[in-house]
Amino acid sequence: MSAGGALVVELRQAAPIPLDARFTCNPGEVMALVGPSGSGKSTILRAIAGTYRPRHARISVGDEVWTDTASAQARPAHRRAVGMVFQNYALFPHMSALGNVLAAMHEGPAGERAVRARSLLELVHLGGLEARRPAELSGGQQQRVAVARALAREPQVLLLDEPFSAVDKSTRQRLYREIAQLRRVLAMPVVLVTHDLDEALLLADRMTVLHHGRTLQSGVPAELTERPASAEVARLVDLRNLFEGEVCGQREDPPATLIAWQGRTLEVASRPDLAAGTPVTWVIPEGYVVAHRRDRPSRGEHENPIDGCIETVLTIGPSTHLSLRVEPERHPIHFAVPAHVARRNGFEAGASARISLLAEGIHLMPAQAGAP
Amino acid sequence: MDWTALWLSLRLAAFTVLLLLPIGIAVGRLLAYRDFTGKGVVEALVALPLVLPPTVFGYYLLVAFGAASPIGQFWQAAFDRPLVFTFEGLLIASIIFNLPFAIQPMQRGFEAIAPDIREAAACCGMSPWRALLAVELPLAWPGILTAMVLSFAHTLGEFGIVLMVGGSIPGETRTIAIAIYDRVQAFDDRAAAQMSALLLVLSLATIALTYAFSRRIGRRLG
Repeated sequence: MSAGGALVVELRQAAPIPLDARFTCNPGEVMALVGPSGSGKSTILRAIAGTYRPRHARISVGDEVWTDTASAQARPAHRRAVGMVFQNYALFPHMSALGNVLAAMHEGPAGERAVRARSLLELVHLGGLEARRPAELSGGQQQRVAVARALAREPQVLLLDEPFSAVDKSTRQRLYREIAQLRRVLAMPVVLVTHDLDEALLLADRMTVLHHGRTLQSGVPAELTERPASAEVARLVDLRNLFEGEVCGQREDPPATLIAWQGRTLEVASRPDLAAGTPVTWVIPEGYVVAHRRDRPSRGEHENPIDGCIETVLTIGPSTHLSLRVEPERHPIHFAVPAHVARRNGFEAGASARISLLAEGIHLMPAQAGAP
Repeated sequence: MDWTALWLSLRLAAFTVLLLLPIGIAVGRLLAYRDFTGKGVVEALVALPLVLPPTVFGYYLLVAFGAASPIGQFWQAAFDRPLVFTFEGLLIASIIFNLPFAIQPMQRGFEAIAPDIREAAACCGMSPWRALLAVELPLAWPGILTAMVLSFAHTLGEFGIVLMVGGSIPGETRTIAIAIYDRVQAFDDRAAAQMSALLLVLSLATIALTYAFSRRIGRRLG
């Protein structure tokens, strides 16, 4: 596969689709653009591909400038080496699988092209189905043809627009594994658009969270899901344990910052930059909430112990998802435990329970206007 | 049986379809994919021959092509022959009154292609010309075929405009539809019946063939 430079994207416009996005994607890196539907993800991909022209834009790949509205440069879409996998694949219905892949190859003798197209179809496990038309292929097979076609151009950038949304769950799991394997041979920047956070966490090296066309935060997935820059990002990455508090002091030994929350004092990882009295929004990922056993003390029991009343219990497969109401807070704390733990401890709606909020997992953000 | 009239009609229909093909593709595609000011006016003008009585339409064409008009004078100067009451004049009139029959089905054909398919063509590195030939035309083909058949059949049957612009000059402008009318006027019922039956069979055969083709294409595209 061809190696190129990093993709650098800067887009800005007020209407008709508001955009204020900037991000980079390095060769060999999978960057996930995550956001709710209507957040402008697909528009950004189309701007990179050159099929959409925003008011102000600068898009470059390595040394090549593809779009620069400041100097009125816009390379037409067909002269940008992009591979694009569309949401509904957009295969050419009148061509066979092989024909679709060949449609993206324009250089070299016909014989060589056919050999390479066949090997690409082999790469995506479609050997033997070359003559089938898209209508004769399953959703998963169509997606693979779309991937082979996107790679056939030897693209400098690979763009994937919700590539897994049109297939059933089991096919999706299989395609994830295949894409994860395929990634190792891809040396170009890969931009994956998805509204599915788990998909992004599974496949992406870095994530950019997008809302109303605006890029809010970029970073490695763990950074975004554990240390979001704002309450808005926290909500977009599905963090539900979001509360308002106030810094009430610093402790010296061991160093920790103390925050006041609903009449309680919580210990959090040291943030000496925050003065006492600063209002904050704090968030704790579910993985840092520890439920205590009823019969004997468990690890971390002394760390921010909280008593509350179990509000909802939902068992999905091997996990039980619980919400705990802690008076007088309006919003419950969400956490999950293995289903057998929930059973043994009698975690059911209406029962009381004690949890600990691990200090290292509590992340402080600037206070937001209004409650979460 | 007026074989000269039949041959003239077939020639007129064939030339009309041939010349309308690029016009229909260009205008149909433009109307399908582009938004521009005055698009409504263009669409209305294209549809006008559908609603205007053929004699009215023929009258205006006669005035526009006549020896007193700039178009008529230009034609006379350029080719040293008049435009009205000639095959060429009839052909131009035929192209104009067939515009809606050619453009509208082609426009629908192009509109039926999903936008992301066209984007995919660009993302596959196809130039606009290549995308037109390799992707758009094959996919819009049912609409294009319908347009061609409708224009062909409509040209064979058109009467009012032909009579206004072309008159009834044997071998030059007397089409089969005019010839049938002539025969009826001359009480030659046999010839009129023969020619009418032939036109009926011809029309039925073309339409049936189109439907068969469209179904086959539909199956092929899944």
